[in-house]
Amino acid sequence: MGNNKEKELIFEMSKKGRVAYSLSECDVPEVALDSVFPAEYLRQTPAELPEVSELDLMRHYTELSNRNIGIDTTFYPLGSCTMKYNPKINEDVARYAGFAKIHPYQAEETLQGALQVLYDLQTELCEITGMDEVSLQPAAGAQGEWTALMMIRAYHESRGENRTQVIVPDTAHGTNPASVAVAGLETVTISSDDQGNVNLDELRKAVGPKTAALMLTNPSTLGLFEENIVEIAKIVHEAGGMLYYDGANTNAILGITRPGDMGFDVVHLNMHKTFTGPHGGGGPGAGPIGCKKELVPFLPRPKVVKDGETYRLDYDIPQSIGRVKAYYGNFGILLRTFVYIRANGPVGLRRVSEEAVLNANYMMRKLAPYYDLAYDRVCKHEFVLSGRRQKKLGVRTLDIAKRLLDFGYHPPTIYFPLIVDECMMIEPTETESKETMDKFIDVLIEIAKEVEENPAIVQEAPHTTVVSRLDEVTAARKPVLRYRKALQEQAALQEEGSKVNEGVNV
Amino acid sequence: MSKVVENWLYSKEHEWVEVLGENRVRVGITDFAQNQLGDLVFVEIPQVGDEVTADETMGTVESVKAVSDLFSPVSGKVVEVNGELEDSPEVINSDAYGQGWMIVIELSNPDELSGLLTAGQYAAFVEEE
Amino acid sequence: MNYRYLPTTPEDKAEMLSFLGIESVEELFADIPESVRFKGSLQIPAALSEPDTVRHFTKLARKNVDASEYAYFLGAGIYDHYIPSTVNHVISRSEFYTAYTPYQPEISQGELQAIFEFQTMICELSGMEVANSSMYDGATAFAEAANLAVGGASGKNVVVSKAVHPEAREILQVNAKGQGYEVIEVDCKGGVTDLAALESAVNENTAAVMVQYPNFFGAVEDLVSIEKIAHKQKGLFVVSSNPLALGVLQPPGAYNADIVVGEVQPLGIQMQLGGPSCGYFAVKEKLMRKIPGRIVGQTTDQEGKRGFVLTLQAREQHIRREKATSNICSNQALNALAASVAMSALGKTGVQEMARLNVQKTQYAIREIAKLADYSLVHHNPVFNEFVVKAPKAVAEVNRELLKRKIVGGYDLGCDYPELAGHMLLAVTEARTKEEIDALVQGLEEIGRG
Repeated sequence: MGNNKEKELIFEMSKKGRVAYSLSECDVPEVALDSVFPAEYLRQTPAELPEVSELDLMRHYTELSNRNIGIDTTFYPLGSCTMKYNPKINEDVARYAGFAKIHPYQAEETLQGALQVLYDLQTELCEITGMDEVSLQPAAGAQGEWTALMMIRAYHESRGENRTQVIVPDTAHGTNPASVAVAGLETVTISSDDQGNVNLDELRKAVGPKTAALMLTNPSTLGLFEENIVEIAKIVHEAGGMLYYDGANTNAILGITRPGDMGFDVVHLNMHKTFTGPHGGGGPGAGPIGCKKELVPFLPRPKVVKDGETYRLDYDIPQSIGRVKAYYGNFGILLRTFVYIRANGPVGLRRVSEEAVLNANYMMRKLAPYYDLAYDRVCKHEFVLSGRRQKKLGVRTLDIAKRLLDFGYHPPTIYFPLIVDECMMIEPTETESKETMDKFIDVLIEIAKEVEENPAIVQEAPHTTVVSRLDEVTAARKPVLRYRKALQEQAALQEEGSKVNEGVNV
Repeated sequence: MSKVVENWLYSKEHEWVEVLGENRVRVGITDFAQNQLGDLVFVEIPQVGDEVTADETMGTVESVKAVSDLFSPVSGKVVEVNGELEDSPEVINSDAYGQGWMIVIELSNPDELSGLLTAGQYAAFVEEE
Repeated sequence: MNYRYLPTTPEDKAEMLSFLGIESVEELFADIPESVRFKGSLQIPAALSEPDTVRHFTKLARKNVDASEYAYFLGAGIYDHYIPSTVNHVISRSEFYTAYTPYQPEISQGELQAIFEFQTMICELSGMEVANSSMYDGATAFAEAANLAVGGASGKNVVVSKAVHPEAREILQVNAKGQGYEVIEVDCKGGVTDLAALESAVNENTAAVMVQYPNFFGAVEDLVSIEKIAHKQKGLFVVSSNPLALGVLQPPGAYNADIVVGEVQPLGIQMQLGGPSCGYFAVKEKLMRKIPGRIVGQTTDQEGKRGFVLTLQAREQHIRREKATSNICSNQALNALAASVAMSALGKTGVQEMARLNVQKTQYAIREIAKLADYSLVHHNPVFNEFVVKAPKAVAEVNRELLKRKIVGGYDLGCDYPELAGHMLLAVTEARTKEEIDALVQGLEEIGRG
């Protein structure tokens, strides 16, 4: 990963007089700024932004990129994140001027191409999920969750029912209870049985006249299909609740089963997982929601509709919960995912899920002799190992993850789900070849041997990265969250005076 | 094995209570609690003058990747707080029963003390956990 | 059809199946009950080859009017601005755009440092002490500011100026419904917040006073007076601010704002139908541990070398769970990166120059439109790069005619403010030339007469 010297901040490269921009000269007659604004509104001290040349700027960000790894760099088996290949044609299309340089408020007749993309995507996501309508507005999975919960709340209220409890299994992602809280509802947690399924007895006890919904990820975060889904749907519906599908793991079921057919009433999708919206280092994503007809009146507004051959935005949705995100969702991301769906069609999408599941089962069985399986059954697109055996030898799963960095891999998801001790969640995805998986399997086996023979090399990993393990405790105790020129210079002066500076508080 | 101080009182939420006399108690979290939480990075405790209620939250303690509520072991008014914790929460890790004390409470209901655990009872309770 | 993203050959498949001791992939789905299995083929269009994909999407893109051929005088939150060429080159590096959230800091120093620099630049522009790694957009950041101010307490309200972007206010209403607080909206007077009305709306339950600067009508609000009203009770002072405008205007931090949020799109992000964009969220130091979303902090590694990590994570939704007041668990990292590159390229002088050009071009357009008999300027407060014009005809009709002249006209204010029917909000950025502004003015004149 390049050199492992400290990388300077762009502010530290700054030199007065250098520029990396080129603006046209002012071609209109100028007026004095203080004739436009009263003097007290004019900025007194300029913002300390860097002053660099264009080449300095490119070298800086290129070096930063060299201190990062993406899917194009290496295998990235990060469970629950679906780190599949991000097709390049998606990026090209998103940059067409007719998509990149369009304004959300220009007249609908000047946006027919963009509105068609949104409409067709909505329609196709309905088919893929088995839902009646889809809203593309939520910006991310978490926002989709919250939107859907607000709709569920509005639905129950419209029927004069006071249902405030949302049941969430203990395997759920932490975002589920957080979304419940910000929707003004309360979480009821239920446990899983020894096969990783929802504990049906607990579910039966938990449902009642207060039940607003059950949120379920299926396949679950353990990578396991909820075998009792039909019974679960029956229990929740008989109690008057709604069944919510957390679509984080949709990559396992495309064309094989659909949330709508399983009995779910509402679903959110993570377009940046299943449908190759790039993760972007943490976003932007897109988190559309789909629902059955009972919930349709409560969808966010506006909706994209088709009148004859014309596409338009419909704001006339009297029972809508309102708007959750400015404009019409993350169009640029949605467009990329639509290109991906077009590149695959129905046959390709089904193959995606079949091969994602085949790959995961192959890797799971190959690794089973060396690491403990959390659940010994067929998995879907991902599986969970436990580092229990290694922990007894003094090596934590965190150490194994860090050791993988030395071999050039991104580690799996670790310590999630919470119910498996020392867990490691591996999701190969369908875009990885057997050779890539075999090499990674060999490395994990090698590390398992190191744990037995030379644990220190694992415990002290990584050895080859640009930085070694970082002090997260001090980072949180004495937060330094920004660069400050003045303080930095002062610190340098102090250091010259051979006095150690204790770090700069925010 | 985590430490306990003889003659002090303890709650099941892992707070210790040192009776200072005149209806006053000093409160902190136990060595067991700090050990479970790991390196503390931030502490939020009540201010002087605040009222606290037994078994209700009175603040939070944060480690790098966890946040836990603090439950007041007794009811009363906060008359003193450990200002050092704001900048140096790590003293709770290094000295939970000394420098890591949190607040002094003037009791509104001294009878509550009888509901707390003795050092021996608390040690046994922790053993079970 | 070939599937270029699927590397598994029939031989690979056969080997894996044989290793697993099964006949077909079907057996791996045996745990899915028969009654919920999907039968048949998804009714979506068949796969397209790459050349056909290009053809199809080129055709769709051409059905849109875009800013490569038309002069945009449309703003209202999203603007056509200069984007340095370097931006696209940096965000096209796949080490950035195909990476996940930087949870493994040793191999994510690039992203983490870029965010740390972004946080610094936002602090510098807004005049605040702490900024997070970004939010979905300016409008959701605005609502999150209210959520932070209320902090889950009951019986609270937030007081919001109607000169705040209508979509931000609508999103705020949905948030308020979720978290159980009241939103009190305050009218405008002459295109700025009515201070008397604001003062009477604020009460002891007010958790925040929230305004936009420059506001939705482009005007500069009187932050000195509003700050006094906001802080008279215990409420927080929240300002939503276009960061580009802060190249010339005093930053909200200088007016003692507690939270400053805004939309970063003007700095390096394509309009792309309004999303994805990028919101920013900056606070005073005292609110540091309550800020939603991700934050990057500086620290050292075992050898004492500087490095960066995600920090203050105990605030985050996946740890707070039921106690969360925000459920955001991502940021708009790639767009924050785009904005960082743009802010670095513009730098200390460029951001001032670009802001100044917006003011100059806008002032020129104002002067020229003021000469038109059929149009009038209704507000007289200082503006940054937008202003309100009363048109002699329906705004949609004016815009339809302008479109024939390759001009995308202003925002129809009647959509959100019934009292402003027939008024348009025009934006004039540095990207507009004198020639284009003259064409707009001439077009308006002809349309007014016609």
